Amino acid sequence: MITIQNLNKWFDDKHVLDNINAEFKPGVANLVIGASGGGKSVLIKCMVGLLTPESGKILYGNQDFIGLEYHRKQNLRSEIGMLFQNTALFDSLTVQENIEFPLRMFSKFTPEERLDRVNFCLEKVQLVNVNNKYPAEISGGMKKRVGIARAIALEINYLFCDEPNSGLDPLTSRIIDKLLLGITQEFNITTVINSHDMKTVIDIGEHIIFMFKGQKWWEGSNHELPNARRENPELDAFFKASF
Amino acid sequence: MNLLSEIGRFTLFMKFVLRKPEKSKVFWTTTFREMYLIGIDSLLIVILIAFFTGAVTTIQTASQLLSPSDLFPTQLMPKFVIGAVVGTSSLLELAPTVTCLVLAGKIGANIASEIGNMKVSEQIDAYEVMGINSANFVTLPKIIAGIIMIPCLIIVANFLLLFGGYLACKMTTTLTSSDLIQGARLVFKPLYLKVMLTKSVIFAFIITSLSAFQGYYTTGGALEVGEAGTKAVTKICIFILFFDLVIAQLFLKS
Repeated sequence: MITIQNLNKWFDDKHVLDNINAEFKPGVANLVIGASGGGKSVLIKCMVGLLTPESGKILYGNQDFIGLEYHRKQNLRSEIGMLFQNTALFDSLTVQENIEFPLRMFSKFTPEERLDRVNFCLEKVQLVNVNNKYPAEISGGMKKRVGIARAIALEINYLFCDEPNSGLDPLTSRIIDKLLLGITQEFNITTVINSHDMKTVIDIGEHIIFMFKGQKWWEGSNHELPNARRENPELDAFFKASF
Repeated sequence: MNLLSEIGRFTLFMKFVLRKPEKSKVFWTTTFREMYLIGIDSLLIVILIAFFTGAVTTIQTASQLLSPSDLFPTQLMPKFVIGAVVGTSSLLELAPTVTCLVLAGKIGANIASEIGNMKVSEQIDAYEVMGINSANFVTLPKIIAGIIMIPCLIIVANFLLLFGGYLACKMTTTLTSSDLIQGARLVFKPLYLKVMLTKSVIFAFIITSLSAFQGYYTTGGALEVGEAGTKAVTKICIFILFFDLVIAQLFLKS
């Protein structure tokens, strides 16, 4: 479980995260949605430690991530996987080497055990016969899947996905959604997905946070969306614009 | 003020770079690969530049010192002086400084654009999220590889400078190769070797660390990655020339 308490972040005089409070539970797809500039990417970057907020707490279980000492923070980070918007695969490494990388760095696996784990992760994301291909040789959808496989290579407790469907066709987007939800439920991990894709929101959004002008504007589930849209013009405008 | 903030940022960057690597086996594998890229891949350009610079320096020095002049009777000039000039300047300046200025263009631009590209494509962020000290992971192997391989390249360059001069002597009648060798040996001091090696280690550090620093703080896209390479080379050249002066003053001030 991840708990965010009174999180604030400024860029110069722009208040990009305005006193955010939220809870992200394991086993469900936690979605952060909102228009560009709404603060959702900044929120995720603060949560994984790529940006440092000016005030507030980010609790992973009982550990305050911001206040952790360097080595303990690095240890906690090995429990975190992230799928980046542009996948961020290491382009000089093959698919297999990309997925193997966190295992080489943080596990004591033998080469055979590492290969087994790589194949297990590739199987989870439904990819076969791509071990020796380089990221430049595979499609966008496959890159996303490799990104997910790399993120889950270690036995992680937290998974962050920044725009997992960006640049993908609707069919591949649905496959990625199903994969993310399946992995979240199977391994009971806390998954936070930052998305623009309204189909994703409706399909898998068990817990949704709508960000607007740096604030948590609305929180609920996909079942509550129709009512919420009637009561919340900003949310409604965002949905209408998205479709 | 801008310079001060850059120095501050560089110091902070180095504070992260100069930490114990996460996993020594991965670190040394990466370092050996970098040694190959920095050392072996640069060998051809170093050989070509050193050979031709040596030959040209010998011919031009001979031409200047042995051409008829009203100020100085050239018949009084011992020919081994040319060897002394070429040998000393090779050891003190041409091998370390000229070679490193060339390597700034080759290695420096390469490192800056490689790390810059990793930065803009979020690969650096991916290391960070995994709990890897990205500054250390991508930079330290390059610095270590540079500090080991660039002095080796400079030693090779020094031999080839003299070899180029030697072959130039064989092609002309104004100077014999034994004059060149005799002159170079006559004025050789172990101190010159110390200066050359000191310069090569410091320049190697400048080339690898400054280019990595420039790449690591790249923001934007392809255009900025290209700019990072150009800026890195410019800064490296300025720092090499500055430290060239400082080292000369420190070691050779009479």
